Amino acid sequence: MEPIMAIVVGLLFAASVYMMLRRSIVKLVIGLMLLSNAANLLIFTASGLTRGAPPLIPEGAMAPLGPVADPLPQALILTAIVIAFGVLAFAVVLIHRAYEIVQADDLDQMKETDS
Amino acid sequence: MQFAVFSGFLLAAFTPLLSARFRDRLGWVLALLPASLAVWFAMQLPLIMSGEVLVQTMEWIPGLGISLTMTLDGLSLLFALLISVIGTFVLLYASSYLHGHQDLTRFYVVLLSFMASMLGLVLSDSLITLFVFWELTSITSYLLIGFNHQDASARKAALQGLLITVGGGLALLAGMVLLAQGAGSYSLQEILTQGEVLREYPLYLPMLLCLLGGAFTKSAQFPFHFWLPNAMAAPTPVSSYLHSATMVKAGVYLLARLHPALGGTEAWQFILPLFGATTMFVGAFMAIRSTGIKKLLAYSTVMALGTLTLLLGIGTEKAMLAFAAFLLGHSLYKGALFMVAGALDHSTGTKEVPEMGGLRHLMPVTMVAAVVAGLSLAGLPPLFGFVAKELMFEAVLGGSVLKAFTLTLAFAAAALGIAVAGVVVLRPFFGALKTTPKKPHEADWPMLAGPLTLAFLSLLFGVMPGMAGSLLVLPASSAVAGYEISYGLSLWHGINAPLLLSIASLIVGGLVFRHWDAYRAKVAVLNPIIARGPEAGYFKLMDGLVWIADWQTRWLQNGSMRNYLTVILLTFVGLTGYTLIWRYQLHWNWDIQVQLHELVTVGLLVAATTVVFLTRSRLGAVASMGVVGFAVALIFILFSAPDLGITQILVETLTVILLVLVLFRLPSFGNLSTPTQRIRDALVAAATGVLMTLLIMVTIDVQLVPSISSVMIEQSQPLAYGRNIVNVILVDFRSLDTLGEIFVLALAALGVYAMLRLHPETAPGANHLAGSLILPPLKKQAKKSPPKECASTAQPEQGKESAS
Amino acid sequence: MMKPGTLILYAAARFLLPLQLIFSLFLLLRGHDEPGGGFIAGLVAAGAFSLYLFAFGSEVTRDLLRIDPRTMIGIGLLFGVASAFPALIHGQAFLTAQWWPIALPGGAELKLSTPLIFDIGVYLAVVGTVMTFVVALAESEEA
Repeated sequence: MEPIMAIVVGLLFAASVYMMLRRSIVKLVIGLMLLSNAANLLIFTASGLTRGAPPLIPEGAMAPLGPVADPLPQALILTAIVIAFGVLAFAVVLIHRAYEIVQADDLDQMKETDS
Repeated sequence: MQFAVFSGFLLAAFTPLLSARFRDRLGWVLALLPASLAVWFAMQLPLIMSGEVLVQTMEWIPGLGISLTMTLDGLSLLFALLISVIGTFVLLYASSYLHGHQDLTRFYVVLLSFMASMLGLVLSDSLITLFVFWELTSITSYLLIGFNHQDASARKAALQGLLITVGGGLALLAGMVLLAQGAGSYSLQEILTQGEVLREYPLYLPMLLCLLGGAFTKSAQFPFHFWLPNAMAAPTPVSSYLHSATMVKAGVYLLARLHPALGGTEAWQFILPLFGATTMFVGAFMAIRSTGIKKLLAYSTVMALGTLTLLLGIGTEKAMLAFAAFLLGHSLYKGALFMVAGALDHSTGTKEVPEMGGLRHLMPVTMVAAVVAGLSLAGLPPLFGFVAKELMFEAVLGGSVLKAFTLTLAFAAAALGIAVAGVVVLRPFFGALKTTPKKPHEADWPMLAGPLTLAFLSLLFGVMPGMAGSLLVLPASSAVAGYEISYGLSLWHGINAPLLLSIASLIVGGLVFRHWDAYRAKVAVLNPIIARGPEAGYFKLMDGLVWIADWQTRWLQNGSMRNYLTVILLTFVGLTGYTLIWRYQLHWNWDIQVQLHELVTVGLLVAATTVVFLTRSRLGAVASMGVVGFAVALIFILFSAPDLGITQILVETLTVILLVLVLFRLPSFGNLSTPTQRIRDALVAAATGVLMTLLIMVTIDVQLVPSISSVMIEQSQPLAYGRNIVNVILVDFRSLDTLGEIFVLALAALGVYAMLRLHPETAPGANHLAGSLILPPLKKQAKKSPPKECASTAQPEQGKESAS
Repeated sequence: MMKPGTLILYAAARFLLPLQLIFSLFLLLRGHDEPGGGFIAGLVAAGAFSLYLFAFGSEVTRDLLRIDPRTMIGIGLLFGVASAFPALIHGQAFLTAQWWPIALPGGAELKLSTPLIFDIGVYLAVVGTVMTFVVALAESEEA
């Protein structure tokens, strides 16, 4: 499964970068959202994919009964998801305020306003 | 000793409070501190004379093995005494010289901080603390040169001094790191025992050059000498204290301190005398063509610093003795002469020597101090300057490398030095009385105490050279040499080569003095050449810096985010791709086990991404983003990450709420780019995507560092009593990271709140003027919203943009 | 967007809110052993309040929350930082977990610990953050 996921992650990255390089600020936001998904899946896939063995310990046991999925990248991704949400909110509001002020949704045009 | 250093900083901190209490007497009260420190240091004399070294250690960061160790040996003690004694008089002097100045309190604060830093510098055992104090002296010197901050030339001189000494400080830091690497320790005491190792160290030459870079800039050696005369923009007490007696000698101190460990090599014996002798001559030559009394003295300080470097370079026993004697002699007479210069300037209102004359009747006490100190500068018996100069000639005659060169320059410098002494001392006081801008009067006693005492010490040590020798010079020179030196200093050595050289230099110097005005006119021919000297290079360099800053801002930081992104991504792809392929080769493990429902999920993800990519409608894009998010959540759940799946679904829901609230208030998608731009961007995007795919393939196969996850899996229940290992990592094993992350969330929330809620009417800090500077209102905006608001609300965004 | 919601939305929000809040507390407390934890529970609670806000508007939601969402973030961060200190009393490294198990009548055991305090801090910070976003945005919309 990993090779397929690797290709999918590559596609996600390519799509997000392309969107972020557009001049329209709305597309920039979409690109940002795709980027955080792509990054999370990158970490998730790179740590190896495990089927049906969540990192939980059965009640009464001291350790998982068999091999389980790697919990460390999961912990990283969990916070990353929440933080990406925070950053997205920040970016969206920032862009919204910038748009209100300069009345331009074209990044090149915005740039001209802050010389 | 730590207390000696920190008391200065402490007193500096409390000076503003004391200022209200003591008013005009503040300088006298503050002078009590250096005076009592001087007494304490003097009490250590018997111990140091017996060859002991006083070491005091204070734990600072025991966990890292960093302690604040201070050592007191002959060299440190000589410096510490000079710093505290002259510091006492300078504080007294300043209370009168700067009487009634509005910033006098600030002056005291900086001066005391300087004194404490300088003491720290000469007492530090660790290279790190030495460096910190070194930089502190540069900073306090900057503040003191620029004390008259309304004066543009003072600001310029202050900046020049700072840039040169701090630039040298960077080289010094590099040199110190190399030194510590070579010796295996940051402690000077350890380093001094590693001399043989260090001299054979493969990086000896780069290390020496870095250290010299620091020392030469600080001690104003040619070609960095020009900042010192410019530093005369500082008030005279500062020139007397920092720029002649103490701070500028820090570079020489460092070289002397390291001499036992680094000295004696070919490079040392070649570079130091070469630069020392050149500096000596350049200083003397530049001095005699100046007319300002402070410039004259400053260049003669440059000359003295060159002499000290030359003596360190020669490195014989005589040279070490001459070094310590010259250091002491120079600090005494130069400190006194600067204070005299300040008194003259204060009383006559001019700094130009040709405008002064015949003041002997009006300022008799000043004159006495000036004449005694001047005789010492000229090196005439029975003053201590004579003893030092004889030793200097003897050392130069006993040198081996570049002997003819150093001897010629030393002789020329000595002769010109005598002429300088004549100009500074005889011209203002003797001859016919000239009218000056102010009516001359004798200086107050606080301004006389310093010069008189220092001049008296020059005389005392000259008459009793043996006492000066055993008290100060021998312990200091032993510390510089690294072995015990015993030698009786005396005035009279019989008729020998040094004495003949002295007499010859006296005759030449006397001739130059007599024909000073004519001589200056002749030397003026050289002005165009001097104008192309090192200082011109400094200005070229500064202009170059500004030009480069201008260029790189226009080309690299042009404000186009898409350009930044492209550059960052291409750099990343290039560097990472290169490393990936050369170091790990391509890994392409096509061993695929896949189940149908997984394939469907992934297919959904790809399809939704394609829709996001292609759609022209915002609603379509948002809906497809939702599908992307849920597909990702499904992947998490399919591959054993239930926590991630739940989180992703919840966040996806909230994201939709967020986008509904904001995104539809933004304009719809526009197609703005040209086809060429699209192709270029598509190439960048494709390269990034391919690299990420390759990266994952390599990461799966290559395990560089053993995973720490197994420990966490094993210890989750026994140590942390938790069965959900992901949660245990978040709230226990790596809780510091999580703590940081919730702070990031809080900051994002505050940022959003500030942007949405703080409007110019309500924001107290909003500066309309600053806003309009950043964002000139456009015609287009003016139609839609009042420009005043536009201009000022733009400010928070500006700040955030540059911070992100 | 902030027009008064439909009857179904009213009813759903009114009935779902307590259920969702209780569920979020359940997720928070069991998080150490089963899927759940401060982040997830916080998001669930924030989602519940957001739904309520869509139905009844920001004014009513603010009243329901009693405390300003920004204050909630602050309390959350304080909990997080406070959980770091008990270890110092025992001379252990900053943030080392401390456990005070309390036996409850009936054989059950309450695992009171600094990680739990920490997780509650995370929970409050997440709820506060999301609610700050949503309330501020909704109010700027209403204004």
